[in-house]
Amino acid sequence: MVFMGIDIGSTTSKGVLMNEEQAILAQHLVHAGIGTSGPAAVKRELLAAAGLQDEDIDYTVVTGYGRRTYAEADSQVSELSCHAKGSAFLFPDVRMVIDIGGQDAKVICLDSHGRMTDFVMNDKCAAGTGRFLEVMAGILQMDVSELEQEAAKATQTLRISSTCTVFAESEVISQLAAGAEIPALVKGICGSVASRTAGLVRRMGVEEKVCMSGGVANNGAVRRAMEEELGTEILYSPLAQFAGALGAALYAMEKAGKEKEHE
Amino acid sequence: MSEEVRKPRPAPDPASAKYKLNMIAKQAYDDVAEAKKRGELIGWCASNFPVEIPETLGLHVCYPENQAAGIAARGGGERMCSIAEGMGYSNDICAYARISLAYASGAEAEEQPMPLPDYVLCCSNICSCMIKWYENLSRELQIPMIMIDIPFNPDYEVSDAETAYIRNQFLDAIAQLEKITGKKWSWDRYQEVMEISGRTSRAWLAATAMARYVPSPFNGFDLLNHMAVMVTARGKPEAAEAMETLLKEYEENHNKGISTYRGEEQHRIMFEGIACWPWLRVTSRGLRDRGINMVTTIYADAFGFIYEDFDGMCRAYAKVPNAINLEYARDKRIRLCQDNHVEGLLVHTNRSCKLWSGFMNEMSRQIGAACEIPVVSFDGDQADPRNFSEAQYDTRVQGLTEIMQSRKEA
Ligand code: SF4
Repeated sequence: MVFMGIDIGSTTSKGVLMNEEQAILAQHLVHAGIGTSGPAAVKRELLAAAGLQDEDIDYTVVTGYGRRTYAEADSQVSELSCHAKGSAFLFPDVRMVIDIGGQDAKVICLDSHGRMTDFVMNDKCAAGTGRFLEVMAGILQMDVSELEQEAAKATQTLRISSTCTVFAESEVISQLAAGAEIPALVKGICGSVASRTAGLVRRMGVEEKVCMSGGVANNGAVRRAMEEELGTEILYSPLAQFAGALGAALYAMEKAGKEKEHE
Repeated sequence: MSEEVRKPRPAPDPASAKYKLNMIAKQAYDDVAEAKKRGELIGWCASNFPVEIPETLGLHVCYPENQAAGIAARGGGERMCSIAEGMGYSNDICAYARISLAYASGAEAEEQPMPLPDYVLCCSNICSCMIKWYENLSRELQIPMIMIDIPFNPDYEVSDAETAYIRNQFLDAIAQLEKITGKKWSWDRYQEVMEISGRTSRAWLAATAMARYVPSPFNGFDLLNHMAVMVTARGKPEAAEAMETLLKEYEENHNKGISTYRGEEQHRIMFEGIACWPWLRVTSRGLRDRGINMVTTIYADAFGFIYEDFDGMCRAYAKVPNAINLEYARDKRIRLCQDNHVEGLLVHTNRSCKLWSGFMNEMSRQIGAACEIPVVSFDGDQADPRNFSEAQYDTRVQGLTEIMQSRKEA
């Protein structure tokens, strides 16, 4: 049997195909999210990579910001539960997931069965999310994926004190005008995302083990800043950005099983 | 466009509590408008000002907070807030204040008109923003203001000294109002008003306590509508009668196993904070679609004013939700959660109201820990529609539902 999990975010769409042994058959990410052809492209690529047809998929669960408008799924689950489940799949001992996506940041607590027991999310402000990093990378004429390497060259950190994205933008511009070293500035920008989200984590109380999921998890500079802020190791998997889609695929398997029991 | 075919609504039953309560709320505005036309002096009154005073004196007053909520619920919040911002008010201040100040300056609000005041009645037991709001009303309209100071209470009880401090101000307010309006205070009439207010309050408390039954005989969103009568008219005999009808209906619902909550009640939550009036339908549908009944709110407890004498009334006004400390406020909510078998807490982080939001993180964390229930918050605003995101609300309510569901399955 084949199960599909699809995670439609604000800036990207991610998908995972899984079989009943929980083996990942294919995964794919497209840089186009809700309201675009991204989700369809993800599905097409997944099927091609696994050498399967549409009708081979037994059950689909959709999650993410675009979950309510994706008509092809059998059911939808919130990204909170999906990130919890996907992260527990990647790290069975994990008790806390920090997920920083394009538009929001969430901290999710899990029990020993990988079930979500509690969560907090950022307020309506975009500070501390992927969008913040995108805006900052834009000013520095870089791609978000280059930030980590740039920060690694830093010999010091230039702190960004504004949490507001718009204020931070002018702060960065004036630092640049004053001749600031770019790596130090980039390190400060990554640190600012970490410290903003660390506030959310502290509201819940750090519960080891902690992992990061979502696109921003791929940025090692943010992960290291988070480790310093929280004084704990942050687990990371290269599949971090797929945690939501993975969780959705696992839910698809569970739900298909339950439906079978009913028949 | 929705394809849903709406069934014609049956005509409201004039004997029903809903009809009676709606009529009382509407009548309150009509009465003030007529009094104004007759040339009587009318007032604007803060919701936690002792309404027993104008009621005993036979004065006609209306309630700007209630008006602002009505305007916001009918879609006028953004327009009125923008007018106030154009007058120089920051969009950080309370949207009720912005709407009211815009209205007082002459902006029209067909959604809920009311006559301009000849005096204003305010009380500091609500918040400091309201003090400035009423001061501005008084200055701009050049009318007298009666301001009663009821300090924030750090204790669970109200001390004798504080009671005396409040009593003297209440007596002074009565004297000032006699002078302004020419009406006379009667202790016999006060006794009557107090008794009626007690009757109304007892029926309200008993009706809201019917949520202890599973399933609850009512949808908690009903309370948000009916509480307007508790705030503005609890000293009137028709209010007591309508609340008693409400209680009777809820008892009957329980006996018949029915509810005003449509659908199967799968989860029970407490809603914390003022309603998101501009998004009332969206917020209630987000719960109903997931089988969630909001069975209780602090309002269920807050407007039950039961006291025996004038000093008791002074103490009651020092115990309104906005004037009490975190621990006392928390304990009241914990009791509501426990009595009503609440499984989750949904907190409205109200961008308008620093008072209702400032201590909410910590208080709700403590409630969650004490009752072992999940706590989820969302951003919104009681009257400015620009501070709410439907997608954000939806994800958080879904997350809350999934936690409640998985706890049941575990
Ligand atoms: S809503 Fe909040 S800020 Fe506005 S008047 Fe009421 S207590 Fe004050």
